[in-house]
Amino acid sequence: MKPSDLVLPGILLVSAGLYVWYYGWLVLAQQMINGLQRGSMYALIALGYTLVYGIIRLINFAHGDVFMMGVYFACFAGNFLLSRGVGFAFWIAMIVAMIGCLLINVLIEAVAYRPLRDRPRLTMLITAIGVSLFLENFLSLDPHQLPFPFNHLVFGPQFRPFPTLIKERVYPLAAGLTISNIKIIDLATALMLMVVLEYIVKRTKMGKAMRAVSYDMDVARLMGIHVDRIITFTFALGGALAGCAGILYGLTYGVLQSPCLGMWPGIVAFVAAVVGGIGNIPGAMLGGFLMGIVETLAISVNSNLGYGVTFLILILVLLVRPKGLLGSPYMEKI
Amino acid sequence: MQIPTRPTYRIFYLGLIAAGLTVSLLVRFNLLSRYGQQIFLFICINIIMTVSLNLINGFTGEFSIGHAAFMAIGAYSSVFVTTILFPAAAEWPKVWAVLLFLASIALAGLVSFGLGYVVGLPILRLRGDYLAIVTLALVEVVRSGIKLTDELACLLDKIHLPALSRIVQKIGGPRGIGQIPVFTNIFWAVAFTVLTVSVINRLLHSSFGRVFLSLREDQIAAEMMGVDLTRSRVLSFAIASFFAGCGGGLYAHTLRYIHPDNFNFIKSIEYLVYLYLGGMSSLWGSIIAAGSMTFLLEFLRMANLQQWRLVIYPLILILVMLRKPEGLFKRDL
Repeated sequence: MKPSDLVLPGILLVSAGLYVWYYGWLVLAQQMINGLQRGSMYALIALGYTLVYGIIRLINFAHGDVFMMGVYFACFAGNFLLSRGVGFAFWIAMIVAMIGCLLINVLIEAVAYRPLRDRPRLTMLITAIGVSLFLENFLSLDPHQLPFPFNHLVFGPQFRPFPTLIKERVYPLAAGLTISNIKIIDLATALMLMVVLEYIVKRTKMGKAMRAVSYDMDVARLMGIHVDRIITFTFALGGALAGCAGILYGLTYGVLQSPCLGMWPGIVAFVAAVVGGIGNIPGAMLGGFLMGIVETLAISVNSNLGYGVTFLILILVLLVRPKGLLGSPYMEKI
Repeated sequence: MQIPTRPTYRIFYLGLIAAGLTVSLLVRFNLLSRYGQQIFLFICINIIMTVSLNLINGFTGEFSIGHAAFMAIGAYSSVFVTTILFPAAAEWPKVWAVLLFLASIALAGLVSFGLGYVVGLPILRLRGDYLAIVTLALVEVVRSGIKLTDELACLLDKIHLPALSRIVQKIGGPRGIGQIPVFTNIFWAVAFTVLTVSVINRLLHSSFGRVFLSLREDQIAAEMMGVDLTRSRVLSFAIASFFAGCGGGLYAHTLRYIHPDNFNFIKSIEYLVYLYLGGMSSLWGSIIAAGSMTFLLEFLRMANLQQWRLVIYPLILILVMLRKPEGLFKRDL
């Protein structure tokens, strides 16, 4: 334990103290519940970042946009199912969103990242930034002003309501605090998927291969591991998690602002992955919940504070504890 | 290895001066609109920004996507002088107004230099993609910081500093600042572009600038030769920030209205696209890519394909990275 390890908890505790002094315990507790809900989405996205970074050392900037496409897929699927009156609409929409995002993420990897794998790492990073901006701006184009094949491909820039797949019910907790069924679903789904992912990575043959590729790609190849297939599998897992985060986002906020909605959650989730220790699954989860709570508290003070606080935490973490809170032993020295 | 002699960019200087003269003559005789003149000014500003970004990302071998932050700082600090401190500057006698403008640009550069130095000290300990994400963070922090100035004004009012509060309030926060006098003209744009290219060219061919190149080539070897790694990296970052600040100042006095969202992440990406398209570590590449892309993308606006602009930037970036990651021009150094 170094003295610098105390910087981050110290700052967080002092800020929480100030918050309680100004707003009171009750507000803090309610905002923390809300923060856990927001954090469960960040955690799911962060898991995708962590998996991909762990295996090919790439910050997949486009991951936030895969999540955004998940929100849209879920919205389209939900509308379709509700209009036909199909039962279990939420679960079917979730599966559709997960499969859609899985395919998109695998496609992005095959088209944009695979040809660059043996080039300098920054080349891939720049491509990832390009893919992200391309998806955001292309999907935001106005379909009414586009020629034939394109107008069916874009989502359009307008607001859309998200179908009410599950009716929100608010349950009172002790002392005036409330919790809703959607909050419970968000949290439970995130935790459950983390357990499933941890099981896949730690207990299955595929997971063992993933860990081997992450440790040393060349040696893994020599050991007969099909590296390309493992990387595709990793992207597929990350995409499915992002799709699930997508439907939770739609369920929680009930509105799709524009195809740029994935950018900010994507960045925060990356920060969460770094805070938790990149390449570490429980770390990403912890980081996600932490960032969700911190951001919710900051926004409840002033809506412009969210951005700044998130990044200040990132800078602090990178400076005082670059391995992250639960840093993995494979972390390269930076 | 043979050390190349310093190239002169005389062709570029003369060409830019000639282009500037032509544009100003055309505007004088009403053959070209103000809009055409503004495109020329943007070309100059984008060349300044791209060439200075090349110093960090190309010649020193770092990867920063935070250039927009320094542009914002430069824009706001120069506007602070010409619009907020001296609101009547536009009606001043010509000589004084020009002097004030030059002083404000110099201040913009110096403030950016200072910020680049102070921020660079901690963050340049990071490398590669971590540096990228932190510089991205910097852009967002600066942007949200500027948006928070209204709250700062409220706070200052509460602690009984009304004079200071009134000044801070004029920074505008999320409203932006308008009514900026149009001080940037063709002469100053050309002058600053020539100055930037010439200074960076001379810098790179001095022993001081060779240190930056050594950082890109091999940091361990550089350290063995007695190079102070941190100091050199921070200096290169700060010098590039200086020019970005100047560019921001020029930009603000061209547009007449600035808003924190003008300097977002996309702005940084714009310069990355110019840089990588032209080729890393190539001054000619940066100059030509910045100039021609600015022109072409404005052309898209004229051809009513404006909504495609933001699709075309990233597409070019992806295609360049996939097909020709070294860019269109060969490395100078």
